[in-house]
Amino acid sequence: MTTPLLDIEGVTKRFGGLVANREISFQVGRGELVGVIGPNGAGKSTLFDLLTGFLAPDAGHIRLDGVSIAGLRPDEISRRGVGRTFQKLKPFGGMTVLENVMVGAFQNTADPRQARAEAERALESVGLTDRAHAHARVLSTGQRKRLEMARALATRPRLLLLDEITGGVDQRGIPGLVELVRRLHADGTALIVIEHNMRVIMGISQRVVALHLGEVIAIGPPATVTSDARVIEAYLGRAYAG
Amino acid sequence: MTAEVLLQGIVSGLLMGLVYALIAAGLSLIFGLMEIVNFAHGEFLMVAMFTSYWAWALWRLDPLVSLPLTVCLLFVLGAATYWGLIRWILDAPMLAQIFATFGLAVFLRSAAQALWGVDFLVVKSPLAEGRISVGGLFLGLPQLVASVGSLAAFAGLHWFISRTETGLALQATAQDRQAASLMGIDTQRMFALGWGIGAACVGVAGALLSMFFYVFPEVGATFSLLAYVAVALGGFGNVPGTLVAGVVVGLVEVLGGLLIAPALKYAVVFAIYLVVVLWRPQGLFGRF
Amino acid sequence: MRSRLGSVAAWVLLGAALAFPLVFTLPYPRDVMIRIFLYAMLATAWNVLAGYCGQISLGHAVFFGTGAYTSTLLLQQDWLGGWASPWVGMALGALLAALLSQIIGYPVFRLRGHYFAIATIAVGEIVQTIVINWDAVGGARGLFVPIKRPDSLANFQFHESKQTYYYIALALLVLAIGISRGIVRSRTGYYFRAIREDQDAAAALGIPVARYKQRAMAISAALTALGGTFYAQYVFFIDPESVLPLSLSILVCLVAVLGGVGTLWGPILGAAILVPLGEVTRVQFGGTGKALDLVIYGLLIMIVSVVQPGGIMALLQRGSRRS
Repeated sequence: MTTPLLDIEGVTKRFGGLVANREISFQVGRGELVGVIGPNGAGKSTLFDLLTGFLAPDAGHIRLDGVSIAGLRPDEISRRGVGRTFQKLKPFGGMTVLENVMVGAFQNTADPRQARAEAERALESVGLTDRAHAHARVLSTGQRKRLEMARALATRPRLLLLDEITGGVDQRGIPGLVELVRRLHADGTALIVIEHNMRVIMGISQRVVALHLGEVIAIGPPATVTSDARVIEAYLGRAYAG
Repeated sequence: MTAEVLLQGIVSGLLMGLVYALIAAGLSLIFGLMEIVNFAHGEFLMVAMFTSYWAWALWRLDPLVSLPLTVCLLFVLGAATYWGLIRWILDAPMLAQIFATFGLAVFLRSAAQALWGVDFLVVKSPLAEGRISVGGLFLGLPQLVASVGSLAAFAGLHWFISRTETGLALQATAQDRQAASLMGIDTQRMFALGWGIGAACVGVAGALLSMFFYVFPEVGATFSLLAYVAVALGGFGNVPGTLVAGVVVGLVEVLGGLLIAPALKYAVVFAIYLVVVLWRPQGLFGRF
Repeated sequence: MRSRLGSVAAWVLLGAALAFPLVFTLPYPRDVMIRIFLYAMLATAWNVLAGYCGQISLGHAVFFGTGAYTSTLLLQQDWLGGWASPWVGMALGALLAALLSQIIGYPVFRLRGHYFAIATIAVGEIVQTIVINWDAVGGARGLFVPIKRPDSLANFQFHESKQTYYYIALALLVLAIGISRGIVRSRTGYYFRAIREDQDAAAALGIPVARYKQRAMAISAALTALGGTFYAQYVFFIDPESVLPLSLSILVCLVAVLGGVGTLWGPILGAAILVPLGEVTRVQFGGTGKALDLVIYGLLIMIVSVVQPGGIMALLQRGSRRS
């Protein structure tokens, strides 16, 4: 059995008296797409912050390709092949869309021309080529989400963490985003996707991890997890559980 | 260095510290409301000191007598600064915010210099004059009055903020601008009020300081830096915290001067700022 | 299209600048231009750290003073014997300034926003206070640059005419602009700007933020120090009041802010306006001239920050976009 790409074991994070993540354990294989669901406050974004170095775990192991990455800085983790988008979008507002993505592309080259070419490719794959020279701050929410993805993609990550990409996007935009994620997956990138939209999760995930109050309450194929009584109870309350 | 000199120094640092605390409280209040550092705070102090001086020079009014006048004038100055300048840069990039109040500071300082020259002016024979002896220690009466006055003003400020309806509205606006306005609080008025009160604090401090401190256009510079240090130590936006922080600054200043070198006393204060703010960025009491 | 017009304008201006002293032979106009070049250069250096990288330093005089004091002490104390040349001093000053900037940056860059700005003021004040009280480097009395005749490039001293000073100042400005331009187009420039826009997003893209901030600081400090040495060799006297004060730090910022922070031309525009403006107020208002030009500076800073924080460059770009 090959080493999983990402191995999370017993990860715990506390903020004072609040336990945001408690004993979280799961694995992500090479090229696998794992969905993460859970009501607000379940600890999903905290988990992303732990995986990408913005927070350090109080206990547990986080291993990328067998090597521990817990406690490394965000830029160090990024250079090891982990990319992410932020739930609260962070575009480089004063720079153009193309320049934004070039910042990502520069991780793999110091040559501005190569970075530019790579950035143009990334923009093409997310469908933002026609807005390449617009300033990032004038983009709509849906376009900003694509920009964040393109920027992360330009770093050529092995593992991409997407944080609620359909949030704030109108209904017409969602299928396009889903298609984009499917294509990324088909190209071989491993993905962890936080989502609230159940149909999206069902449609793209190979496995789903359900979090509630900082703990994992279910792991498995999408159909199994979303019909799990504990998951239903967590989202909708006891009245709706079987 | 005798124990007596040291004790004298500590008391004197304590007294000045209370004045620093009042100055810093105004600055902290403003920052808590809208996350803007008033780089012209020292110059507000300078204006207050000049007001007291001129009230004495022209009408023979003692600083303590003209204090209400000074406070009112500074309140107006603060509110006017909000209305004429700050209102436009509330959501501007930080660079713009820094430079707006910086520009005001430069403007006030050089206007004072252009109008009244660079001479060091002094109020002669104020009402509070001389020294009193308390248990072998000598306390200058003006300094004592100044620190008691500052403490009283500080207490008044704290009472106002935590016990009156307007004060609570001010706190609410500081914590969440949008929520406050949704509850019917006029945020623009709160901001103007905040600036007015912040300046009024400095008005009290300036009037008190003019009893025993030289008055000149550059006088605001040192005080404002000490105030920043006190605010940072106490935690930006944490008004009660500035009381302790102000006293700490006062003590460090005196002890630094006594134990290291008088010329370096401000350097010691700034060094302490750097140390604290690096070890605990939110200050001693702030919650980041 | 617009950038080609910009290049043409640049070459025309450069030509005019080169020809200027041949037309204007009196010392006064040359002196004004020299000061415009010097401030433009200092503002360009400040711009690398503050404009492109977004770290607003209000204590940059520290590096100016480092340059001035290093080269002057080298000459005075004759440490390197025969090697004591102002040019060596200039290089050494830049190196020391870069080093000092790393020492300062290490703690100070952990702070953000207002805290950072205040910390830079604090550092500036500490350094100035230390130098004032340090007799070995002249203390409050300052240092005189030993006069050497005849005029020579090797000695970096010219008493007969300001012409060579003019060309050196121009060369320094062109150097600063060249470096600035080179940075903007490179990966370093993109990384600087990303850090300015959003540090966390920058880190998530693999940028070692602290390392790049230090790099910006070092470049900015070294360039500023070059200006300090030039000043010492031009005025022949330095003291804490003239090369280390907060007012100098403010003035350098103002030049950049007025012209346009984060732009290549901004510092030049800012200097071209502020230096002559300072001259006009000084001439018009005689004794109180010093305070009055500061009054105007204060008003200008306020107006610019409220109306157009992007400075004159932003105004020009808005105008051209509309047409």
